[in-house]
Parts: sequence; C-alpha cells; structure tokens
Amino acid sequence: MATRKKKIHQFIIVDPDLCTGCETCESVCSFVHDGEFNPINTRIHRVRIEPVFNIALACQKCEDAPCVESCPEKALDKAEDGSIIVDEDKCNGCGFCARACDFGVMTMHIVSQKALVCDLCENMKEDFIDPEIGKREPQCIAVCPKEAISLKNVEQIGEEKRIDSIRRLFGDVTEFGNK
Amino acid sequence: MSKSKDIPIPDTITGYSQVRLDVDLTNGKIDKSTLSNEFVRDWIGGYGFGAKILWDELKPGVDPLSPENVFVWAIGPFPSTILPTSSKYGVFAKSPLTGMFGMAISSGSVGAQARRAGINTIVIKGKASEPVYLVVDDGDYYLVPCEKTVWGKGNFETEELIREDFQDHRLAVMSIGPSGERMSRMGCITNDRNRQAGRTGMGAVMGSKNLKAICFRGTQSIKVAQPVEFYKAAKKLIKVANGPATAKYRDLGTPAGITSYNKLGMFPTKNYREGTWEEIDNGKFTGDTLNQDWIVKKVACSQCSIACDHIARVSKTHPEYPNLIASIDVEMCYSFGSNMGTSDWPTVFKCVQLCDDLGIDAISGGVTASMAAELFELGLITKKDLGYELPFGSTTNLVKFTEEICMGTGFAGEIFGDGCKQAGIRLEEMGRKNASYYGMQIKGLEMPAFDLHGMTSFAVGESVSIRGACHLRNGAYGLDAKGTFDRFGYEKPLERGKKIIATEDVYAIIDSYIICKFTRGIYENDAEMAKVYELVTGIPHTEESILKRGEAIVNLSKCFNIREGWTRADDHPPEKFFKDAHTKGPAKGVTLKEDGYQTLLSGYYEARGWDKETGIPTDDTLKRLGLDFVIGKLKPATTKGGKK
Repeated sequence: MATRKKKIHQFIIVDPDLCTGCETCESVCSFVHDGEFNPINTRIHRVRIEPVFNIALACQKCEDAPCVESCPEKALDKAEDGSIIVDEDKCNGCGFCARACDFGVMTMHIVSQKALVCDLCENMKEDFIDPEIGKREPQCIAVCPKEAISLKNVEQIGEEKRIDSIRRLFGDVTEFGNK
Repeated sequence: MSKSKDIPIPDTITGYSQVRLDVDLTNGKIDKSTLSNEFVRDWIGGYGFGAKILWDELKPGVDPLSPENVFVWAIGPFPSTILPTSSKYGVFAKSPLTGMFGMAISSGSVGAQARRAGINTIVIKGKASEPVYLVVDDGDYYLVPCEKTVWGKGNFETEELIREDFQDHRLAVMSIGPSGERMSRMGCITNDRNRQAGRTGMGAVMGSKNLKAICFRGTQSIKVAQPVEFYKAAKKLIKVANGPATAKYRDLGTPAGITSYNKLGMFPTKNYREGTWEEIDNGKFTGDTLNQDWIVKKVACSQCSIACDHIARVSKTHPEYPNLIASIDVEMCYSFGSNMGTSDWPTVFKCVQLCDDLGIDAISGGVTASMAAELFELGLITKKDLGYELPFGSTTNLVKFTEEICMGTGFAGEIFGDGCKQAGIRLEEMGRKNASYYGMQIKGLEMPAFDLHGMTSFAVGESVSIRGACHLRNGAYGLDAKGTFDRFGYEKPLERGKKIIATEDVYAIIDSYIICKFTRGIYENDAEMAKVYELVTGIPHTEESILKRGEAIVNLSKCFNIREGWTRADDHPPEKFFKDAHTKGPAKGVTLKEDGYQTLLSGYYEARGWDKETGIPTDDTLKRLGLDFVIGKLKPATTKGGKK
C-alpha cells in the first residue's frame, strides 16, 4: 500500500493540442544532462501517431512505482518530491524497470546502460543553468517552442479540468448573480 | 578574412561527422571515406557539397536518367542539434526536367537520424541490377533487394512497411513512389509522409538507379564546439522563432499569402490568364477559410520550433474522400487550386495526397494539369484524347488526370506524365501547334505561385534561378511585393541586380547549412548566422567569409549549368508574360517588355561579375571566389537527353 510522502508531487505533462512533435524536448534533455545531443538519452519521449497526433511523455511519478518494485538490485528509490532516484552504483542495466513501467518512460542510457528517468533536471549540468533564473528547472519546459509542457500535480490538473467543465456547462459565469 | 583559406581550421571540427559514403549500385560496393577539413570549411554543407561534388564527379553531357548520373545526398553541420529547423537534407544530381543542376531539399526526421548515424554525405553512382533500398543503420551500411516487398508501393505504405520490418516507428525513410520508379521527370522523394524533396525530378534519378529508398537511424551523440554559448543562442532563436518573424508560417501558414498576393494581382489563376480570382475575393479560397474549415493540426519536423505543416482533414461523411488527410501549403493552393481554377478544397487535398504518395512534385503536377486545362479549353486537346473533359474548375476529372500523370497511364500519363516541357514537345510532334506556349516553366521546371506580369524584378530573379523556375533561390519577389522598385518598370538594372544577389547569396548559405528559409527572419543579422556556425563547428567563419562562400556556391552551380549547355536564352520567363495580359486586377493590360527584361537581366549579370552579354562568369570573378579550377572548363558539353 502506497503512502504519500510529504509533498504532493508534480510531474511533466504535455498538451497534445499544442504539441507539434518537434522533439526539441528530447534533444534538450540529453544535452543539459550529458553536454551532447542524443534523443535516445532523453528522459522525455515524443510519441507521434500518424497522421495527426503528437504528445510527449515523462515519468508520472507513480505513488506505487512499479519500476522501484521491479528492480532486483534495489537501485531505485523515491525522493520526497516523488522523483525516482537511480543509484548508479547499484544499477546493473538489467532493464527490468523499463519493462515494468506502464508508460514506457523508464529507459537505459545508450552509453552507460544505467536507468534513465525524469529528474525534473535536478541533475542538469550547472553550466546550462540560466543565470537569470539561477537554479535548476526542467529544461524541456524552458525550451518547448509551443509551451506545451508544464509541471503540475494531480490537484492542479483536477482543478483546471473542473473549471473547464463549469465553463462548458454554464458558459460565461463572470456575470453570474447580476440582477 | 574574406577568403575562405584565411579562415583557420580548429584542432577539432564538431557538428560535421565528415563521413562520406560512396555507393556504387552497379557492383553493390559501399565505401567510407573522410571529407577533408578544408572541404567542409569551404563548401559548408548541403547545396555547397552538392555543387562541388557534381562539378568534380559528374561527367558533362550525360543523360540524367542514365547510370552515369551522380546522385548526391548531403547535410550540413546542424542536424540533431536544437538549432531551429536544422533537420534538413538535400539531394543533388543533373535534373531530368532541366538537364541542368538539379536540387531539392526536405526536412522531417531524415537529417537528424542520418547525423546520429554519423553520415555527412552519400554519393550514389551506377544502377542496381534489381530494385533495392539502402540502409544506413549507425555504422552498418547495406543494400536490401525490394522487388517483392516495397517496389511498386506508394510512399506512405513503403515507409510503414520498412518501419514495420525494422520494428522502429522512428526509422527515417526517404522513398520514391511508382512515379519515380517509372522515371517520371517530375518524380519526387517523400519522407515522414508529408515532407518532400519535390523539385527538379530527383525521385526520377533515384528510380533510374533502381533505388527505392534510403533509411536512416543512429544512436551517436552530437557534440558542439561551444556548448554553453550555443545553448544560450539556440534558446533565444527558439523563442524568436515563435515571435512575429514566423507568425505567418505558424498561424494561417503560407496560404495566408493567397489573399495578399491576390490583392497585388500576383496570384496565378487559370494558368496565368489572371493574377486575381473571384473565389479568393469572395472568401471561399483563402488561408482563413482553409484554416477554419479544414486544418486540424499543425505538425513540426524534427527540431523545428515553427511547425508550419498544416494538416487538412476531410470529414468522414464526405461522399468522395471520407477521412482524407493531406499536408497543405500555399504552393498547392496555387498549383491545383487557383491555377486550375478549382476552388473545391477536397479536390485540391486529394490531388496533393496523390502526388505525395505516388510520388510527383505537387507544384509541377498542378502546373502541368493547368496547362492541360488551358489546352482543353482551347481545343488543342479534347475529350476524345483524354477520355474525359478537363476544363478549368474540374474536380473528379482533375483527380483522375493527376492519378494518370503520376502512374503514366492513359493519354494524360503518356503526354503530360513528364511535366509541361515534355508535354509541349510531344503535342507539337503530334501537330498540336504552339502547345508549348501554355506550359508555364522556366528551364523545364514548372513555375511556383507568383504571376510575373507585374513583377519585373522577380521576372529576373525567377529566371536566373539555377534549378529552373523557383522562388527559393532568391527572394526577389519581395522586391516587387514590397515596392522596392517599380514592379511594372525597368529602371535601375544594376541596383536591382545587387538586391537580387544579396538574397541569393544568403539563400545559398541557408541551403548549405541547411536550415529552413522560414527562419531567415529570426537572426538579427548575417553575423549572427555566421556565429551560430562557429558555435557548432568551431570554424570561425565571419559574416563576410560565409557570404563569400554563398557567392562561390551560386557561381559554381552556374558553371555546372554552362558546362551542360546553358545560354542566356535559358534565363527567360515563358512567352505568355510578354504577349497575354490579365483582363482585370492591378496588373490589368500589363505585359513584360522584352527590351526592359533584357536590360534588367544584363544588370543582374553585371552585378554578379558575369559577362554582361553572355552571362558567363568572368575569369576575374572566378579567381576572386577561389574557383580557379573552373577556368577553361566552361565549354558546353554535347548533351543528350537533357536540354535542347
């Protein structure tokens, strides 16, 4: 039985209406972590289903994370913010986590063969931190040309959906109660 | 440091993989070699590589559809980085449409995947004894016989089948359809379903070599020379690429131009009889209507922040084309729309989809159909010939005609299946006098969406284009649209020439980098474009030196044309612009004037440092550009199968 850690965790979500499938997020992800471009080493994955559907997926930070459960080396753990932490000394590249993940967002680094999963850029290279921001933040969000990517928790997602549904049901409610 | 040889070469060059593959299809041999540091510095990528390799390695005068033609595939240093629109590749060969320098550029995922496979250029010679496709899978290069699998299939199915075979949805596949296989001179190359290397018949060259497709995938990482600085620059460019500079390409897409060019009398209608159209005036055939009623999604190529690809969908209840999906831009709205006098959107979508899937260039295809429609209205071809009527405004018959020219079937396929120029020749041989007059082509390549009646600057710009009628070799149409010079007049020939050249040299660099011309406006200046090159490659080209390379590339491909028999007469718009005027709109009653046109053409030659009379680069110009190796080799070859 999962028990929630302290914070309600946020994860990367992508709006398929806005996503054009440009793969910029994938390229940037590999670049800020490794200093090289290689979308195979990305932690966010574009999915294109021809002819018109585009989206990208990253770690959902499942409460009961199957990847953590599946790891025979006990190399995976969950951080307080819900992110999956990979202990690279323990990870032996067996790929069980990749098989266990329901969303296909746990992969193996093509060179190191260690488990690769979204860390919300906690481990991005310091050199690439924007001096105006001064701290690490998800770079896929920073560069997405269409602002299709955002960081949200399930509460925020629910709230936005509820507001949308009310607008659909009641129309313009700003004048509500006017006599 | 304007001379390229003065630009120092760093210890390590990044961006470029510098790997060249040589594929001899005749004996199936594939060799790998290294492009020299000087070669990549001096020829930049794409267009530059194509121009230099074809000059050096293509024997002059060969039949473009013979095994002697050389097919060059090339990228520059940028694919797989996040420089906006960098996943582009170019293909180059002697063109079966023009008999001169052929080139076409496409995007999608091919450039990026090829770069990760570590390939910079592929030079393909000879002809395979049976249909094959080439696989570039990281360090593995091999040919796969495909007569029983994908040969004969359309491009969409070919891509799906090969991807299935590799169990890889992201395998990049560039292929030809049945049109390229049968060597239609309009044959195009399709990749990622909606992207085409469309122009100048490069698909026919692949077909002539029995080469159905090239597939790429790779796992290599790409380093850049100055990662921190490059990241900063790229982030800024991505932002700007979503600002006002590219709004027209993102929002309504290029079809926004339908309305604006219609207002100027520059949007070709009914095979250039008019430059304005009531169906645009009344709002039925505009970019706004297209977007509101039909566009369901905008899709991007790899590493493109603009996403110009506008996907149209026909509803599932449509009687003829339920659920039809097609990728649309302004050129198709012209070629199969206004120029055919057809305002029925689903008909246009269907024709475009046929061209993309079966594999002909949708500009050439539509313009050829428009020629046929005008000939039909004039009685030069008849229902008895075609088996059906084909007036302007045709719908289902236009679709039938398009399918026939793609497949080479029926009267339409036999006569019109190789484009306007061949159709004119064939019809005149049958005694249909003056049929060529209605083929709207320059150097054999069908014209893009600009009506030249009231465009005296672009009449020159489009005519001097190295690859035949084209709006992407220089941006001279902007001079007319913006009113930089009197667009009905012929004054200031030298100044106009200089303005045309200014965009032509930059475009040559854009086509060599290769990036998309839609990003032309995102750079503050040419110095910033040169800087980005240095950040990625480590080669410190300056604004001045890089533009000089652009000039050299244009000159070298021009020399290629001269060697193939080009003369001044080839730089000329169709006679129609000089004889038949519009009956309405801003260019009503206007025709181009031969004397005036020739004056402007001489002005362009003079500005280029070419002989004012012959249009041939002078020895001084060639020396100034480091093209000494060309001197003495400009004697036209005896051509066959090509021009004249």
